[in-house]
Amino acid sequence: MRILDEGSGRLFTDPDPDAARAFFRSKSRALRPKVTSLREAVAGYVHDGEYLAIGGFGANRTPVAACHEIVRQGRKKMGFAGHTSTHDFEILAAGEVFDRVDVAYIVGLEARGLSACARRYMESGKVEVTEWTNYALMLRLKAAAMGLPCLPVRNMMGTDTFRHSAAKITTCPYTGKKLVLLPALYPDVAFIHVHEVDEYGNCRFAGISVADLELANAAKHLVITAERLIPNDVIRQDPGRTRIPFHLVDAVCEVPYGAYPGTMPYEYFSDETHLKEWLKVEKDEAAFAEFLEHNIFSCADHSEYIEKNGGLKKMQALREREFLLDRGGKG
Amino acid sequence: MSAYNTMELMIAAASRELEDGAVVGVGTGAPCAAAMLSQRMHAPNLVIMFEAGGVNPQLPEMPISVGDSRTFHRASMAGSMADIMEACARGMVDYTFLGGAQIDMYGNLNSTVIGPDPNHPKVRLPGSGGANDFASFCWRMMVITPQDTRRFVEKVDFITTPGWLEGGDSRREAGLPPDAGPYKIITDRAIMDFAPESKRMRIVSVHPGHSLKDVREQCGFELLEADRVTETPAPADDELRLLREEVDPFGFIIGR
Repeated sequence: MRILDEGSGRLFTDPDPDAARAFFRSKSRALRPKVTSLREAVAGYVHDGEYLAIGGFGANRTPVAACHEIVRQGRKKMGFAGHTSTHDFEILAAGEVFDRVDVAYIVGLEARGLSACARRYMESGKVEVTEWTNYALMLRLKAAAMGLPCLPVRNMMGTDTFRHSAAKITTCPYTGKKLVLLPALYPDVAFIHVHEVDEYGNCRFAGISVADLELANAAKHLVITAERLIPNDVIRQDPGRTRIPFHLVDAVCEVPYGAYPGTMPYEYFSDETHLKEWLKVEKDEAAFAEFLEHNIFSCADHSEYIEKNGGLKKMQALREREFLLDRGGKG
Repeated sequence: MSAYNTMELMIAAASRELEDGAVVGVGTGAPCAAAMLSQRMHAPNLVIMFEAGGVNPQLPEMPISVGDSRTFHRASMAGSMADIMEACARGMVDYTFLGGAQIDMYGNLNSTVIGPDPNHPKVRLPGSGGANDFASFCWRMMVITPQDTRRFVEKVDFITTPGWLEGGDSRREAGLPPDAGPYKIITDRAIMDFAPESKRMRIVSVHPGHSLKDVREQCGFELLEADRVTETPAPADDELRLLREEVDPFGFIIGR
């Protein structure tokens, strides 16, 4: 196959599907109870130097509690999939957890503005980047999920995004058109936050799936955090609602409000006041260190973080916000 | 006619570009407001899509994130990123609105880095997100943006998102799907389109209270002119009323 052009970015992970098959051959598919604490799941499945991916979209159905735990346990030198990452990126950058990033969307919190801490870290020279797009990273996960080394796409061509990627351009053998080849991305470990999970890891969630189904299938290890544990019977009565099946899942952690201060659809809306506080306090490094000590390092777990930020009362107010009740149901 | 501010004018102008039955991929902010205004004015069957998976929502308020609950509120489907991006790639999405820290005369956008060396950026910005995807695949890409010489530059530091690349036929030659590309640029001073052959940005209409001279002064490259340059129509009373009462009652975007 003739390669017409290629990006200069480094490929941080091995796209070889046979290496992945050898791994997945040895991965347990047993229907076994997997409920554990988030502390133990992070200790067991997140290792320095490995490659991490986080589910959800920005601060929506994002496993925030898992990001805090990874920072609390001091993981370093990881690779990271910067796919639609916003508050998760902000937290992991604060912990300097990663030193290389596949970038689609980083350092920003969409309409809320840019994270001063994430910018400082990315401008420090300590982090190597390879550029992609949201769709490209999703397709890289899809290629992995399909057991393929790569998938073709028709965007990125002619841009610096391509030039700083690790993609390659070739010609379609059927039509002669140019195609960008995207290498499969098999993360070592991924975290996805869902509404409901049984003890074996069968997951249900509501609302948009973003790229979580691709991610769940591509990741070598998958840790689920969930708002609620549900009985296996409930899963078996309506299996069509299972979005992620047990055999992909390594650990199950019940973490109520695990996406706080982000949005969990039909549960609670984002805490915009607290997210603004993060963005503001980050500008002063000393104040931010204190803020992190208060909100992450001194907390035993996510429930303590929530207690420090308004507790159940705050969660109830955010539920009203989610259901638009604070504005007479009209928004 | 009522008094209005520049943001209201820009949103009204953008909303008139979207016809009934079309599909538009939007983000948060002004583009979302423009699409919502279109639905209330002349395009009740305009389909809004958000890249995270929301299809055809009945937006109850301005979303904060393109993946928050509002983006699939009473929607036709809460789908996936694949659902949206694949529809774009198949040619089923007519319009998109994008933005950036820099734009050049061919509509190329930079939202990745400021500074000459991308590996050691002066300012690190978010990157493509879904912008490169939308701009590659949606038939007509538009930009709603303030205009000044720092943003409208001769050469962007980094082409995150393709416009007409180097103009002429360069976009097709690069391999991107033909006939899709930048369509209108709506600034706080004027509306621009792109010359059919050269694909260079040109002034189509100038907003009330502005002159061709001051549009040119606030641009870092030479702007061409369309054969007939008109005055951008001011927002109509019903546009302003719907914008203020229904689309953005809390003034998040229009600032009232």
